[in-house]
Amino acid sequence: MSEQKRNDVSLLNRRQFLQASGVAGSGLLLGAPLLQAKPSAVPMDVLSGAKSNSEDFLRLNLFVELALDGTVRIVCHRSEMGQGIRTGLPQVLADEMGADWNKVQVIQGQANREYGSQNTDGSRSVRDFYLPMRKMGAAAREMLRQAAAKKWAVDAGQINVANHQLSDGKNTATFAEMATLAAQQSLPNLDSLKLKAKKDFNYIGKPIDGIDMPAFIQGKAEFGVDVELPDMVHASIERSPVLGGKLLSLDDKEALAVPGVIRVEKIQGRPLPAAFNAIEGVAVIASNTWAAQQGRKKLKLKWDLGANQTHGSEGYNKTLAASHDIEEGSLKLFEQGNVQKAFKTAEHIVEANYFVPYLAHASMEPPAATAIFKDGHCEVWACSQTPQSAQRQVAGSLGIKPENVTVHVTYLGGGFGRKSKPDFVAEAALLAKQIGKPVKVIWSREDDIRHDYLHAVCDTQLKAALDKNGKITAWQGSAALPSIGSTFGPADSMAGWELDQGFTDFPFEVANVELHRRKINAHMRIGWLRSVINIPMAFANGSLMGELAAAAKIDAKAFWLQSIGEDRSIKPRLSSYSNYGKNIAEYPNDTARAKAVIEKACANAGWNDPREAGVGFGLSYHYSFLAHVAVVAKVVMDGKSPKILSLHCVADAGQVVNPDRVKSQLEGAMIFGTSIAMYSEITTKDGVVEQGNFDGYRLARMSECPDIHIDIIEADDAPRGVGEPGVPPVAPAITNAIADAGGPRIRRLPVAKTLPV
Amino acid sequence: MITLTVNQQTQTFDADGDMPLLWALRDILKLSGTKYGCGQGLCGACTVHLDGAPIRSCSIPLSAVAGKSITTIEGLSDDGSHPVQQAWKEINVPQCGYCQPGQMMSAAALLAYNAMPNDDDIDNAMSGNICRCGTYPRIKQAIKNAAKSGQEQ
Ligand code: FES
Ligand code: FES
Repeated sequence: MSEQKRNDVSLLNRRQFLQASGVAGSGLLLGAPLLQAKPSAVPMDVLSGAKSNSEDFLRLNLFVELALDGTVRIVCHRSEMGQGIRTGLPQVLADEMGADWNKVQVIQGQANREYGSQNTDGSRSVRDFYLPMRKMGAAAREMLRQAAAKKWAVDAGQINVANHQLSDGKNTATFAEMATLAAQQSLPNLDSLKLKAKKDFNYIGKPIDGIDMPAFIQGKAEFGVDVELPDMVHASIERSPVLGGKLLSLDDKEALAVPGVIRVEKIQGRPLPAAFNAIEGVAVIASNTWAAQQGRKKLKLKWDLGANQTHGSEGYNKTLAASHDIEEGSLKLFEQGNVQKAFKTAEHIVEANYFVPYLAHASMEPPAATAIFKDGHCEVWACSQTPQSAQRQVAGSLGIKPENVTVHVTYLGGGFGRKSKPDFVAEAALLAKQIGKPVKVIWSREDDIRHDYLHAVCDTQLKAALDKNGKITAWQGSAALPSIGSTFGPADSMAGWELDQGFTDFPFEVANVELHRRKINAHMRIGWLRSVINIPMAFANGSLMGELAAAAKIDAKAFWLQSIGEDRSIKPRLSSYSNYGKNIAEYPNDTARAKAVIEKACANAGWNDPREAGVGFGLSYHYSFLAHVAVVAKVVMDGKSPKILSLHCVADAGQVVNPDRVKSQLEGAMIFGTSIAMYSEITTKDGVVEQGNFDGYRLARMSECPDIHIDIIEADDAPRGVGEPGVPPVAPAITNAIADAGGPRIRRLPVAKTLPV
Repeated sequence: MITLTVNQQTQTFDADGDMPLLWALRDILKLSGTKYGCGQGLCGACTVHLDGAPIRSCSIPLSAVAGKSITTIEGLSDDGSHPVQQAWKEINVPQCGYCQPGQMMSAAALLAYNAMPNDDDIDNAMSGNICRCGTYPRIKQAIKNAAKSGQEQ
């Protein structure tokens, strides 16, 4: 019974959910037991083209194999979705090992708990695995060194390892020559390994070319949608249009008559909360994708749509705005001093509501998974950000043990948090079992946008007071949003940690503070999207800062700097502050670094230079995922229509592993943020998402993309987040610039809702 | 039966003439480099060349390309040596890589017809291709680099 309990899907989802949100630690158990894992415990995947006979490879540790010809194979256990992790982590390991990058192959790790967390989410891959990868590389290097010491009968300390070679000044040997002997050495103690000094880094901190570039430019990279198995069939699934709907009746006569259609299968949903379960639906199985889609159009389905069919954005958004006055059921997160008293003596008060709509992830590759079920074992191939969670979800859905589920991770055509929810993998697995054949499920764009785990719509009310010196004396905040917790628990769940992301941790020293969270019911699957709640919170905070500076007639840059105040490590207001899962003593939030990125972004953008008439400047800064990012936007108004000329971004993300990939992540973040600021909005009516494709759900295109300038402040401490922290400050920088350019103050995103763009 | 040329090979399809070229390429010929992104001509992920001109293969039925010549990313070069592919690699354009076959096919078609495109030409030719990862600045730079290397040759 207790074993049964441990496999319970909702329990596991809960854990998954905590990990994804950065609440729980990394779960990494790297240590001796892990190193001693039997080679057989580590499946080597050949997806990435490592075709050589695995017998030629000798395992040095969980992440490293050395071939007799000297080739080094390094496992990347995290998912590649554009952040360059298949280059970044192996680059770290290869550096410590003293390997020649040209002799390295990267192997994509399957779902395997031995690796530690594979949940590629929360901008944590480098942050959490930088040190472990260095240790794995150093451990492999030590085994080579021990081998050479024995062979040459010298002290291991005299042996230098670099560039795929060992040498003691007298003897030299290649990795290939030492491979067999190295594999026989005992595993060194991970904690006593000596790691390289920064000045000796060969690859860390260098802009190494992406290992997957050759595959990408030839269209050869295998994404989730590309998996082909012999005898495979294709499925297109019609899902309940409303969250929690149940199928009442199904008439598939006409669907089955479509040429190419083979059969029609029901997918049984589960009661809410939605978690990562497959949505109730009907799958049309055909010999090709097109036939499956055509057959699907001919299905005649009747649904009991359930309680969520009354959910419409128009009314819901009003409910959010009205909730700020409702104390009943709401949560006072923090109180200090007396805001009311401070408002009475204030020189200036600004009070406003800032609104960010539902957002969809819309990765260019929609969710896709391929599965085969045979003899109680399920094997899946999926563009998954979380292979272990996919493994558990498939096991739970099929009623088998996770050991009987193999998950292969393909390239991900974008993820942004969507592909950390393995509902689509469960669909493929269920169908594979039901029909006894390999099956590929590809979501259409409409499926993707209508059945997403949406980024929460959020209405934030902020009120702040300034004294006559322009000092912020009071800050009152009220946040109204459906919670991510609702996807895993009650609809009105109020998991407090979400608001650690920008709401409770604004970086200003304010004597009087009051922060509330309102009780809101969710009616859609709410998920996390690149940057999570930092998006609405950075928009609210950054906009308010712009408005306060204008009210006090202080230059916005000066106002940000003075409000951040003197150099210090910011103490969290809440004792429960999650600090993105990291110890705050090791990862402090230092105001000097905040001010440095602001100064630099402004300098790069020419903030203090004489300004061209009509060009509006907007500044914003946000701290998230332990990284500091400032953005300066320049905007001109063309009549009523704002045009973004440029975005200057400066980031401090601690130690950088691959500067070119960090830069490209930040470029991407500027554009992701531009889409959010200007164009994107999901709305619902009668419980159904109103948009379906890129006509209704607009994303920035090349002609709408401003000039982008990225600057990175190199720091010596541990790596911090990179993939997400660039996004949040973009929207407020843009709307501050619109106001500065003579346009209106935009308090509701996207700008397209108010102005022609 | 529908016959057409794909990457210089004659291909005969025994398929529904309404099937979009995209799915015929992917599911029948197993040329999976051409991607699905929207199915509506809105994103450009499925861009291929029809007698040299860029088209959205998701929105063109097989019957409409009978007898025509199609080039996909797999046929742009044998070994990734097309100037556009080289330029892409040179400055690490791809992030997730998914939209890139479509981007490169649009770019190659642009350069074939306009050897020295300016910013506006590039914007016009490329704005039908969405990149959610946000690689537009590098795509633009790569196109300029490819144009320059073409001039030098
Ligand atoms: S898939 Fe053809 S344009 Fe989007
Ligand atoms: S590189 Fe990911 S969508 Fe363009």
